[in-house]
Amino acid sequence: MSSNTNAAANIKAEKNLRKRAGLTDTNLLLIITIAVFVAMYALAVFLLGGGFTKPQTFFNILNENASLIVLSCGMSLVMITGGIDISVGQVTALVCMACAVYLDRDVLHPEEYAGNPGNVVTALLIALGIGLAFGLVQGFIVAYLNIQPFIVTLAGLFFAKGMTTIINATQFNVANEQFLKLKEKRITVPGMGANNKLGVYVPAYVEIGVIVAVAIVIILFILLRWTKLGRNFYAVGGNNQSANMLGINVRRTKFMAHLLCGLLAGIGGFVYFMHAGSGSPSHAGGAEMNAIASSIIGGTMLTGGVGNIAGTFFGVLSLSTIKNIVASLGLDEAWWTNITVALMLCIFLLLQSVILSRKHKAKK
Amino acid sequence: METGAVLEMRGICKYFPGVRALEQVDFTLREGEIHALMGENGAGKSTLIKVLTGVYPKDGGEIRLKGSDKPVHIRSPQEAQNMGISTVYQEITLCPNLTVAENMYIGRTKGPLTNWRKINNDAGKLLDSLGIPALPAQQLGSCSIAVQQMVAIARAVDMECKVLILDEPTSSLDEQEVEKLFKLMRDLKEKGVGIIFVTHFLEQVYEVCDRITVLRDGTLVGEYVIEDLPRVQLVSKMLGKDFDDMADIKSESDTDKIDYNSTPVYEAKKLAGTTGIKPFDFSIHKGEVNGFTGLLGSGRSECVRAIFGADKVSGGTVMMNGKKVKINKPLDAMKNGISYLPEDRKRDGIVGDLSVRDNIILALQVMKGFFRPFSRAQAEAFADEYIKLLSIKTASSETPIKSLSGGNQQKVILARWLLANPVYLILDEPTRGIDIGTKVEIQKLVLKLAAEGKSVTFISSEIDEMIRTCSRLVVMRDGKVVGELSGNDLNQNKIMATIAGGESK
Amino acid sequence: MSTSQKDLKLKKRSFSAFLGNMVRQQLFIPVAALLILVLFNLIMDPSFFKIELGHNSAGDPVLSGYLITIIDYASELAILAIGMTLVTSASGGQDISVGAAMAIAGSVVLRVLCGNNPRPEHMQTSIIVAFLIAVLVSMCFGAFNGMLVAFFKIQPMVATLILYTAGRSIAAWINKNKLPVISDPSFGYFGNSIPGIPLPTPIFIAVICMIIIAVVLKFTNLRLYSQSVGINSSSSRLNGINPQMVKFLTFVILGVCVAVAGFIKVSRLSTINYSVIAKDIEMDAILAVALGGNSLGGGKFNMKASIIGAYVIQFLTTTLTKFKVNSTAIPAYKAVVVIILVVLSAPIVREKMGTLRKKLARSKGNVGKEVA
Repeated sequence: MSSNTNAAANIKAEKNLRKRAGLTDTNLLLIITIAVFVAMYALAVFLLGGGFTKPQTFFNILNENASLIVLSCGMSLVMITGGIDISVGQVTALVCMACAVYLDRDVLHPEEYAGNPGNVVTALLIALGIGLAFGLVQGFIVAYLNIQPFIVTLAGLFFAKGMTTIINATQFNVANEQFLKLKEKRITVPGMGANNKLGVYVPAYVEIGVIVAVAIVIILFILLRWTKLGRNFYAVGGNNQSANMLGINVRRTKFMAHLLCGLLAGIGGFVYFMHAGSGSPSHAGGAEMNAIASSIIGGTMLTGGVGNIAGTFFGVLSLSTIKNIVASLGLDEAWWTNITVALMLCIFLLLQSVILSRKHKAKK
Repeated sequence: METGAVLEMRGICKYFPGVRALEQVDFTLREGEIHALMGENGAGKSTLIKVLTGVYPKDGGEIRLKGSDKPVHIRSPQEAQNMGISTVYQEITLCPNLTVAENMYIGRTKGPLTNWRKINNDAGKLLDSLGIPALPAQQLGSCSIAVQQMVAIARAVDMECKVLILDEPTSSLDEQEVEKLFKLMRDLKEKGVGIIFVTHFLEQVYEVCDRITVLRDGTLVGEYVIEDLPRVQLVSKMLGKDFDDMADIKSESDTDKIDYNSTPVYEAKKLAGTTGIKPFDFSIHKGEVNGFTGLLGSGRSECVRAIFGADKVSGGTVMMNGKKVKINKPLDAMKNGISYLPEDRKRDGIVGDLSVRDNIILALQVMKGFFRPFSRAQAEAFADEYIKLLSIKTASSETPIKSLSGGNQQKVILARWLLANPVYLILDEPTRGIDIGTKVEIQKLVLKLAAEGKSVTFISSEIDEMIRTCSRLVVMRDGKVVGELSGNDLNQNKIMATIAGGESK
Repeated sequence: MSTSQKDLKLKKRSFSAFLGNMVRQQLFIPVAALLILVLFNLIMDPSFFKIELGHNSAGDPVLSGYLITIIDYASELAILAIGMTLVTSASGGQDISVGAAMAIAGSVVLRVLCGNNPRPEHMQTSIIVAFLIAVLVSMCFGAFNGMLVAFFKIQPMVATLILYTAGRSIAAWINKNKLPVISDPSFGYFGNSIPGIPLPTPIFIAVICMIIIAVVLKFTNLRLYSQSVGINSSSSRLNGINPQMVKFLTFVILGVCVAVAGFIKVSRLSTINYSVIAKDIEMDAILAVALGGNSLGGGKFNMKASIIGAYVIQFLTTTLTKFKVNSTAIPAYKAVVVIILVVLSAPIVREKMGTLRKKLARSKGNVGKEVA
């Protein structure tokens, strides 16, 4: 072969290579997720008009789902390492109950604490503490004793569920003034708003929880994209034996993922509490499944190694948008919401499965 | 420590439950040498390397590195890396979901942040200089296995190491890639790096290595300078017996008996697969041993997979003993008396947690049917018969197959297919990654089966193995059959020329 | 040393070897857990084990006692554990939709029996027809899960998340969100007891299911196939097994189990509450499999151990209830027990304890020598 043809062949090979390189699985799934959300929202605006054109409708989706966003972020972290944490929903309920009981201690135990209600900062610390404790114990058992995360966090779920009712078995609304002030706090979004029926301009607002959730999304996005720990999550999820050989401390990485997920469950719990303003054993029921569903719709794969926090964010939004669409179609019975969510999950899973299998076939 | 040594291991011991994997093994690596670590499978090479890289804790002995007075304790692969020991393993130990660049730098960059631009640039330069056809930002999983292996090597090379361990890195590389690797190894040697090279290919040892350490049954046989140890002696040291088994093999085969005018046992016309091979014709007669040869990726495995129905078949006709049959899935092939021993033993062959017994009866059981299980006694009898027949080394037929050595696992898979009593047996790389003793046994077995009237298709990346066993070779290049060789044409030069194609004549 | 002493020592050694052997057995964990629970109850209150022959309101003889309650209430769980074990083995994942699917099966039974009238005076069809239709419907839902797992290669937990989310809503939709009640007492026979027979019927149904699965495992290759597929599906395929069909099949079998369990559940109450019926039973069923020492990652399984695991869970629940633990707080105690069991059975912990025991034995031996 002459050197000339050789060079030509090389250039051709190089071109093929660039074509083949394409997207990573993570980015491919992220793009699909965002596209689907935008398409769905546009469809809602187009078909249903009305409420969906108002910015506040969008911000209400955020207001209602701030805690789910936080929980889903934690779930995505664990799922990227190839694990799962199904305790987050019940941890949320536990956090709500613990904070509620603490803040209203003057009402519940007047003989001891009359005129001395709990303060919000301590309540926040309680929330973080509960979350961390769950993350710590579950992370230790999963990572260092090498037990399947599903079973460990299932026990965590049971434990949180039981503890919630042991603290207090019934629902009650918090009357703590300091807390109510925080709960009622509205942050207006500059430049957004709409005229109400009377023609008065009402600016759009979000609750504090949304700010927390968005901040967490940004922090975790940076964590996963640029920090060593974040990249280690992906490596461990991709292939944990390889990760070990590459010099990554697999156990510590898994432990950190569960710890962070626990901490985020604590934060998510507090955000939920700020929105609901009450403690109840039935709070955040099934939130773990919603979090898993959001992560999956957002392009995280339960097999690990693939996923993106931005995707998770859009996953939560997609999930809630579809719920809102169903509600505004007049099918307000609870079962329709569940069935549509399930349907959407189904479609997304099939989509993921088909796309990835095609991609892998093409590779060969 | 000996002067000039970068690594000294003294009296290393390692025990697994019921197994003495290493007993008082010494090993010395000097600056700027390529040192081959040789031994049969189960001799303890991999264990020694895993002890050195901190994957297994050692049960005795000490390891010294140049530049430290005290013996070092290596507790994890990360510590090994930090001490300047980098390793490329036989299996690819990278993460398929990350990019090429990331795989090269993860676990060894300083600081808590990843500088994407820098690692992409660095990786790009390194890949270019080593001539590896991959892009830094490409997802590793989208590269071919050979490229992935090269990336692993690039990672190891870039680590400024004192000791570089290459544990059978060449098994998935083709000849050109191996040449590239050797050049790289020589360059590193010039720079004073000590390289430990583990391989099953004797030619490669004599091509690049300076010194050889031989292990057998977990103990040290000796350390030799390469000039002092001719091949024959090396093999006899590894086997612990005299080297004349190899020579016997060809004399046993008797190709004259094959009646080429009879109806072929198996005949395919224009058989086309979906895995990138061009439609091909192929036939085999009773008692014949033939083979597919070609470089890795030439389509030789894909051809036999198409014959067995392991991959989807998209066209062509298949006749068995003159009758037209349809083979779309493995079960069809099995029912027509075809057996297939796959190339990748771990992925496609063994069922790891199941017992040796279940692994042996599996194929026959499936052929018998879902509703007709063998009785325990019957299964036991089959297993015992074949454990004895192939002298499989296992504690009992109850032992999970994954705890056997590679060679014995391969024998179990062979037993499975012999039990199925096929008329036509396809063996794809049955000798890969197993010790020489078993290799010889398997080659002999192939010829014995042919003498009994079975037809065998044999694939091996070692051409001399093919020459010894096959009476006809189908040569493949780029998914196409480019020639068929038999009789006097069956020699190394002719085969090489056919594989290489027109230009090299 | 006299011979008798030697004998004793020998016996001791063989006994410890026997013990060591037993600890390594897979059945050890569930059986040991069961024994501990039994012991605990014996010490705390031996009357726990009292079984009395009494008469129910209709004047029929019935056996009563905590043990009977346990065996009775564990029936659904044991039946589910059978299917769950197979699914776990073949697919390496778990079906979390069984509770919701039980609601569907129960709803179907009621719908078929009631027709369009939620409070019928007479049942519209025979119970067996209703049961068979429920089995069919359950198999379809099992097949749906199986299809997602086997043919679309979606992880089981995620694939079944779909039905988990939608199941109870589908169950409500089947009966148009009404709450049918069946007044005919013969429908209650299957969940309570048949007049004249002192033991609750679910016990017999569970035993029948166990016998069926034992026969199936004995006379088919279900065990070999599902284990092979669970361990290495690629090599199973090259040995002529169709891994997709095997996975699919296990989900369909689980569907049958779900129908039987759902049928018992509605028969117990003669009505249904869509959001409460069989709630969290999927967690208990998965726990049963894990307690049985089976890897949740698939592969080898031990059916007996799973079934015993189911009874251990019910034993624990009943024990807690007996000690006046609030029923909503039971999960917390369960969690603690589960974690202790799982941690103790973890290979890493076992290994560590093994070396610790050896060290202890050695130091004891040394002390003994010094004294001598």
